Amino acid sequence: MPKDELKSEYRLIGTRPDRPDGLDKVTGRARYGADMSLPGMLHAAVVRSPHAHAKILKIDASAALALDGVKAVITRADFPTGLTGEDWNLQENSMAGEVALYDGHAVAAVAATSRLLAEDAAKLIKVEYEVLPHVIDVDDALRMDAPVIRAGVGDHTVPEGSPPNVSKKIEFGHGDLEAGFAAADLIREQTYKTEATHQGYIEPHACVAQLGSDGKGEMWVCTQGQWYIRRMCSAVLGLEASQLRVTPSEIGGGFGGKTIIFMEALPLALSRKAGGKPVKLVMSRSDVLRATGPTASASMDVKLGMTKDGKITAAHVNFRMQGGAFVGASPVGEALSCALACYDIPAVMHEGVEVLANRPKAAAYRAPGSPMAAFAVESLVDEMCHELGLDPLDVRLKNAVHEGVKASYGPTYARIGLVEVLEATKKHPNLLAPLGPNQGRGIASGFWFNHGGETSVSLAIGEDGTVTVSIGTPDIGGSRASMSLMVAETLGIAYEAVRVNIVETGALGVNEPSHGSRATFASGKAAVEAARSAIREMCRRAAKEWGIEEEAVEWKDGAAMPAGPNAGKFPPMTIAEIGAKMGGTGGPISGHHETNADGVGASFGTHVVDVEVDPETGRTTILRYLVVQDAGTAIHPAYVEGQYQGGAVQGIGWALNEEYVYGANGRLQNAVFLDYRIPVASDLPMIDTVIVEVPNPGHPYGVRGVGETGITPPLPAIANAVAMATGARLRSLPLSPPKVLAAIKAKKG
Amino acid sequence: MHYYKPQSFDEAVQIAASASGVTRFLAGGTDVLVQLRAGTVTPDHLIDLKLIPGVHDIARTEDGGWKIGIAVSGIDLGRHAELVAEWPGVVEGMSLVGSTQVQGRATLTGNLCNGSPAADSVPGLVTARATVTVVGPNGSREVAVEDIPAGPGRNVLQQGEIISAITLPPRGKNSGDAYLRFIPRTEMDIAVVGVAVSVTLDGDKIIAARVALGAVAPKVLVAADAAAALIGSTLDDAAIAALQAAVTAAAVPITDRRGTVEFRKDVVAVLAARAARIAYDRAKGAV
Ligand SMILES: Cc1cc2nc3c(=O)[nH]c(=O)nc-3n(C[C@H](O)[C@H](O)[C@H](O)COP(=O)(O)OP(=O)(O)OC[C@H]3O[C@@H](n4cnc5c(N)ncnc54)[C@H](O)[C@@H]3O)c2cc1C
Repeated sequence: MPKDELKSEYRLIGTRPDRPDGLDKVTGRARYGADMSLPGMLHAAVVRSPHAHAKILKIDASAALALDGVKAVITRADFPTGLTGEDWNLQENSMAGEVALYDGHAVAAVAATSRLLAEDAAKLIKVEYEVLPHVIDVDDALRMDAPVIRAGVGDHTVPEGSPPNVSKKIEFGHGDLEAGFAAADLIREQTYKTEATHQGYIEPHACVAQLGSDGKGEMWVCTQGQWYIRRMCSAVLGLEASQLRVTPSEIGGGFGGKTIIFMEALPLALSRKAGGKPVKLVMSRSDVLRATGPTASASMDVKLGMTKDGKITAAHVNFRMQGGAFVGASPVGEALSCALACYDIPAVMHEGVEVLANRPKAAAYRAPGSPMAAFAVESLVDEMCHELGLDPLDVRLKNAVHEGVKASYGPTYARIGLVEVLEATKKHPNLLAPLGPNQGRGIASGFWFNHGGETSVSLAIGEDGTVTVSIGTPDIGGSRASMSLMVAETLGIAYEAVRVNIVETGALGVNEPSHGSRATFASGKAAVEAARSAIREMCRRAAKEWGIEEEAVEWKDGAAMPAGPNAGKFPPMTIAEIGAKMGGTGGPISGHHETNADGVGASFGTHVVDVEVDPETGRTTILRYLVVQDAGTAIHPAYVEGQYQGGAVQGIGWALNEEYVYGANGRLQNAVFLDYRIPVASDLPMIDTVIVEVPNPGHPYGVRGVGETGITPPLPAIANAVAMATGARLRSLPLSPPKVLAAIKAKKG
Repeated sequence: MHYYKPQSFDEAVQIAASASGVTRFLAGGTDVLVQLRAGTVTPDHLIDLKLIPGVHDIARTEDGGWKIGIAVSGIDLGRHAELVAEWPGVVEGMSLVGSTQVQGRATLTGNLCNGSPAADSVPGLVTARATVTVVGPNGSREVAVEDIPAGPGRNVLQQGEIISAITLPPRGKNSGDAYLRFIPRTEMDIAVVGVAVSVTLDGDKIIAARVALGAVAPKVLVAADAAAALIGSTLDDAAIAALQAAVTAAAVPITDRRGTVEFRKDVVAVLAARAARIAYDRAKGAV
């Protein structure tokens, strides 16, 4: 799309230059987590529980330690005690204490001089278990007689007499629900279920860590957030945060799953025990699937009231989610808040519980909670539109939230772009494509809040007028390119004159990870402010040299110049000239900005999908797929489109085939990509995208953050399309061929 | 682990016959190396057969059939125009295996000997009445393809026995074959159900037929009743219905992470009808 289609008034923003990290990535020069090696480095292997729930009676590592080349074995006994809250959760998840809580839970780890030796040694560590009854399914976990994962997990929000695995209860809402339902012509209530899915990033977790007996440590690690790794590892191991220096590697995907620690504390603990030698740990794909963050599974009730002409009068949602065996890991709160966020409804009520189950500790996954909630609500909206003979896009427009409306989750919306998104969707040619037999079209909308958060950015002017930017949010989706564009735009210099580095924890103040779709928004906002502060200093230097007032100098096109005829007649002083002589004019010039970035703008999206379902096998083919989403401003449209497409593809996988398959023994049956079926390239059509731009007033260039919203509409959009294609409504994901075929057969009778 | 590169089948047989512990032969390695890395099978002896002269060749036999070397890759098979023209069903089974990368290595023999009930090339070989030459310490013998698998992950070969070639009989006139599998995605999946059908016609009438089923039993299943349902028919609706009933009755699938019993029994009937129609059209020269 040429720049002017987006009506950009900017010089660089909205263009599509090559990404600065592109050459490194296509030539293999980029260094990922497993690419680091250090002299004298040891390799680690982890012993994992084969049981979903088992008491650990005894761990005997003597045979492993007797092997030549085995340097250390650690168990929970090597960790400090007395942790509470999320710190305890992280420690318990890093290494099981008295009880292994899920298939794949780490119980011991070993460091040896080679990876093969470490793996052999791990097999020699004998663990005696007493197998306990387990529970996997979210609804089973909620039974009064379910196996108890941890007694007394419920906090103050959990009413007495609740099932023993309930850890948290949430309730909020506003408006008169009774009156709302009374005003409806049609009231429908249904239950929906979604399976846990994994982020499926291509790069498994990997790190090299070193920790001396002096408590000083270093880590090279694949992560979305180096400061989070630092804080969490320090807490779990009892270290002083500032003594641990964490450098993020290049990252092969995260989608939220690399915002917390899973195995990262283990090589540190092994290194400490092995006399401070560096230790490398690289997870296998099976370990990733068994023991790192999937998202939650959900069971959800939705009740909606609608008038004949499509006005939603009242909504009541009641969600149940399990996020593994740890309190607070499920995104039930976010799910509730997102559930009705697209709609302006006079009366809403949200209720939800989190329940523990013998599954791995859930991590964030792209708009955590929102896709499940959208599946439930957007499916029911679609069902009711069909029942009332209403156009699903018109109904969404009729009820769409806009600036000034009180959101279902409480606050009042600032400028948002849902109406613009729906209008752009209506105009798209995909809606006119004729549908053949066994084909169906599904429409759904979705929402994500987006996030600001703790942010610290530095920028330095080079001796030749080029610019280095130090950013604390790892580049998962092209953010180096976006930062370069924003900084170059602000400074009035070339895109190529800016180098953006993702830096280690010692180089900046604390930064939150690249999560919450915040990197381009928050680090971008801080980078622009840092550039502005460097501009002020450069103007000051020019003013000094010209002998005029600072206020009489302005910055334009990459140079300081007199601000009008009264300021005096001086030729522009370029950034290159200022950089060349800064040693003599007052020393190095840099800009810095840190903030708890506010002014976040929410992003809404609408997807339209056409499918064909084989009526004899239940297999769904995606024929056409359209993503329309509000980006605020698309800094680098190609990477905005990439985010839209990536979100859609992950949603397609979640909707159609991805699921955790557990055996009766509670073991994960499909811990390989062969059987954990994420979409392959040949499964997908080109994903069409439309970037809507309703600039966010809270960002200097209008950025909203685009990374997460794209995964929220696909689940219901595809279910709605399959319902239209087959006449059978499936309310439980995934829509795998056996399930769809069974539904088609049941309908035929 | 010991790794060998024998220069002849005699040498390979000798090494294999005297090896103790776990022995694996290396053809394409797309099963062996994956199992090694996953830690499921760590061979003590790995005997690479790719350097033996002739193992990469596809040659016409005297009677007009084909002799296929044990190291011929999926890609080379798929590029052999004459073979594709005569046995499209055999070739399409192999062509479905894996991805472009896997195709560059994977072989028919490896697919057969690995013993997966879902092996994609095996039903087509079975309906083609392909045989393999088994060489061993006691000399050599011809064995029908369907007699090689012994159950999931197992085959009937004894210690020291190696397959030295696969032989396809002469195709004969007015014949066609086809293989279809069901997977939830479009590639990189293991067959939930596989069906091969081969027919020979006299005019519009089927005078000979073979039907073989994959992934619905511990090993490839020769569905004789299903073939009988086709013979004598013109593939009319009644014959299709009888074929479908016969394959559903023959299938003894399990429920696992890839599919349920009910689903497999349904889909085997669907694929049998579709494969029969393709094979029939090919026999008529329509495709
Ligand atoms: C990513 C991926 C996707 C795949 N997809 C499919 C698929 O879609 N369908 C499918 O059916 N398979 C699939 N496979 C499995 C595999 O590629 C096939 O089974 C392939 O045909 C094996 O052939 P190979 O030459 O690589 O066998 P190898 O790995 O070399 O050998 C396999 C077995 O055969 C034995 N063997 C080999 N040669 C001989 C011989 N001459 N005599 C006796 N025994 C011998 C070996 O000892 C071993 O047990 C896939 C594998 C991968 C890695």
